[in-house]
This record gives sequence, structure tokens and C-alpha cells, in this order.
Amino acid sequence: MPRTRGAADPGGRRELLSAGDVARTVARMAHQVIEKTTLGGTDAAPVVLIGIPTRGAPLAKRLAARIAEFSGVDVPTGVLDVTLYRDDLRRHPNRPLEPTSLPDGGIEDKLVILVDDVLYSGRTVRAALDALRDHGRPRAVQLAVLVDRGHRELPIRADYVGKNVPTARSEGIEVLLEELDGRDAVELVG
Amino acid sequence: MKHLLSCDGLSRDAATAVLDTADSLKQALLGREIRKLPTLRGRTVITMFYENSTRTRVSFEIAGKWMSADVVNVSSSGSSVSKGESLRDTALTLAAAGADCVIVRHPASGAAHRLAGWLSHTHTSVVNAGDGTHEHPTQALLDAATLRERLGGLDGRRVAIVGDVLHSRVARSNVHLLTTLGAEVVLVAPPTLLPTGVSGWPVTVSHELDAELSAVDAVMMLRVQAERMHGGFFPSAREYSIAYGLSEARMRLLPDHAVVLHPGPMLRGMEIASVVADSPRAAITDQVRNGVHVRMAVLYHLLAGEEEVA
Repeated sequence: MPRTRGAADPGGRRELLSAGDVARTVARMAHQVIEKTTLGGTDAAPVVLIGIPTRGAPLAKRLAARIAEFSGVDVPTGVLDVTLYRDDLRRHPNRPLEPTSLPDGGIEDKLVILVDDVLYSGRTVRAALDALRDHGRPRAVQLAVLVDRGHRELPIRADYVGKNVPTARSEGIEVLLEELDGRDAVELVG
Repeated sequence: MKHLLSCDGLSRDAATAVLDTADSLKQALLGREIRKLPTLRGRTVITMFYENSTRTRVSFEIAGKWMSADVVNVSSSGSSVSKGESLRDTALTLAAAGADCVIVRHPASGAAHRLAGWLSHTHTSVVNAGDGTHEHPTQALLDAATLRERLGGLDGRRVAIVGDVLHSRVARSNVHLLTTLGAEVVLVAPPTLLPTGVSGWPVTVSHELDAELSAVDAVMMLRVQAERMHGGFFPSAREYSIAYGLSEARMRLLPDHAVVLHPGPMLRGMEIASVVADSPRAAITDQVRNGVHVRMAVLYHLLAGEEEVA
């Protein structure tokens, strides 16, 4: 089932990004990463892309593929499950853990770009920052999200945003990806 | 899941969820300098051991600490138990003191169930860490985790459980869990060390170890529980060893992929030859290692999720 961020009324759903829009958005974000990290430059920190499950993981891979296409630099990718670091575990039924796999070189002294599909309260990102700290000390951490829907509960902002979508708390955002859902789209639900 | 009291009645889905979580935890901690997760920060886990134990208690204690729970150990000697306090009052005291989970080992079969009943009006979870000759569910789960790791899965696998089945809670838990997970179990023991009613269990029974070895994927050796034996169950240790010990010659009868397990502590030279226990096919230290991850997974499933209404 695609993930819904926030409660959704049984009402309609509206497409915010089509498959083509998703592809163009990822491409634009790839260009921004290349520019902002001076990728491949002599004094640039080595970059790694770490996806937050579930949909951040394929997004990180897509971003890496576009970056390689545009810059010729292969950026290692990994997956970081943050479930064990969440501060809301007691509020939900147990969730299954997803695999964590960091690139071979680890994250020590790297520029880590966390990748997720939707930025909402910021709590997932905080959990990811806590999890990263247990794996090493990156030189810096940046955040890339496909959709920023607002309603932050923590002082966290993304460095790369595919699309800003002002939402009501009662609405939900569904990111659908070919790898998991059979098609690419971003939809507003409720 | 509020309590983990036995493998009898543990569903395939629930057992698989614990084993999968244990795998994920093992993988998540692999190669990490800091083997500590904040998941159970603020939770209090009390181990209450009325029987001697090193590996189980240490395993639970490490599991709790790696999940950032506060772990407190209570033993029967040196506590109010030695002053004559009942199990019920001790448990209620610990629950009132704020225990989120009580891990209990007790010489009486059924003690963990009674405890769960007494604590049913509280939020405290109970884990059975071995009750008399009844069950030891986390041992069976760690055995299953080890077999899954070594054999790739349990469906259709044949496992021989060898030795003192009569007194073994490990054997009982394993019979339930292994059959739930799709394995075939053969109990190999002298007739005196088999419980009455074993014919109703979902297992086959054999008294000839040599005849079974070539057809099994795993051999689980049991400890001969001298402390529970009040009579002559077999003529001598030497005779037991000749008939049911896993010698080097017997190990050669096993298929190449077959795994040897032992819950420990081992009686080397009697239950299992040193050369077998130290061979690459023995997964005895893997069992101990997996025990920590399995117990972390159990604590995660009991304590991390949404609080159940008691």
C-alpha cells in the first residue's frame, strides 16, 4: 500500500505530479546536488546518498543515476532504517524493520544527503540524524525530499525540495513509485 | 503480543515476525562501533531468576541494554525471596516499582503463566525464561534463528532432538516452534527419558541415534539435567554417552550440510565430543550470538509498540 502522510478523508484524490513531472523533478534535484556539492571538484567532500525506507530508498537510487548521467560521478547509495530511533513507537502498532545498508566506505567524513519522499513533521529526519550518529561522523548532512508538505514540528528544513505543497493536516500526500507501486505519481488525498 | 510465555500457541506469523526482527537487528548492528539503539529508552526490564543461569540472564541483560532499557537483576538469593516472600508478592512489588517487563526463570512449570495472570491488571509484560520442565520459548526462537541462518529456512527440514527430552523445556518449546515453522521433528532418547503422552506430539520418536543421523538437517543435543533427575534414568554416564552421545564417528554419519546445536552448558565427552562441539558444523556460539538478537526482538515486540490495554 502506498504511504499516506496524515489522515485522509474518504473524499477525492488529486494528482500533483505526473510520472513525467516526477522524472523532471528528480532530474532537477540531481542538477542542484551537483551544483551545491561541487561534485567531482578537487576540494569537494565525497558525497553519499542515503535513502530512508520505504520510498526514500528507490528515490536515492534514481537521484544517483541522474547524477551519474549528468556529471559522470558515481555517488554511492545506501539505505538507513530509522524505525528503532523513532520517538513515536509507543503510539503505533509495531512496525516491521527494514534493512539498513550503508555504502562500503561508510559515512565517516562524507557529505551525507538523506533522501526521503515526503517531509512533514520532521520527526523521521530527526530519527535519521540520530541513527546516522551511531554509524559514524559525517562531515555534513543535507536533506533531499521529493515533496515538502509543511507542518514541521521540529526546526528542520530540506536542502533540496522537489515540490513544495502547502497542505492541511487532514490531507494526505501519497508518493507512488514505479519500483514499489507500479507507477510514478504524487497525489493529494482527502 | 503482551507476554511471551510459551511456543505452544505461538502462531507462525508471530514467530516469523520475531525472527525477521532479530535478523534485521543483527544486520543493523553488524560492524557498528556503537551497538546501542535508543528504542526502549525509559523502559524498565527486570530479570527475576529463581534458578542459576549465566547465558540466559546475560543474554537478556545485554539485549535490554543494547535497546537502551534499564535492566535490573533480581535473584532469589539475596532478595526478599530468601526471606520467604511469595512469587506473587515479589512480582506485584516489581510491577508496582515500575517494571515494564519481568523476565522470569523458575523451577516450577507454569510459574510464568501464573505470573502473567497475577499481573494481568498491570501494564507489565512477562517473558518466560524457562519454567521447570515446561518451556523456554526464547531458546527455541534462537535455535530457529540459527537454523534459518544455517539452512536457509525450516520448511521441510528434519531436526533430531537428542537426549533428556523428559526434563527438557528446550525440547518442548522446540517441538512446538519447529513444527509450527514447517520442520519435521524426531525425538531420539532412551524410553526412560521420554515424557508420557509423547505419542500425542507432532513428532516421530526413535531410540536409535545412528539410524536417524543420515536423514537429518540438524541435530539438537540436549543437556542431561542431573539436577532434575531423582532416580536411575540410565545405567551410567558412560552408557548414555555410548548410546546417545554425539561422537566424532556419529558426526561423520551426518549429511555435509547438517548443523549441530546444543543449548548449553555442554557436558563435553558425555553429551557431545569436544571435536564435534568445536567443529565448523557446530553452531553453538552462533546460538549464543543469535540469542541476544532474538531477545532484543522479543523485547521490541513486547515493549516498543502501541501500549495494549490491560
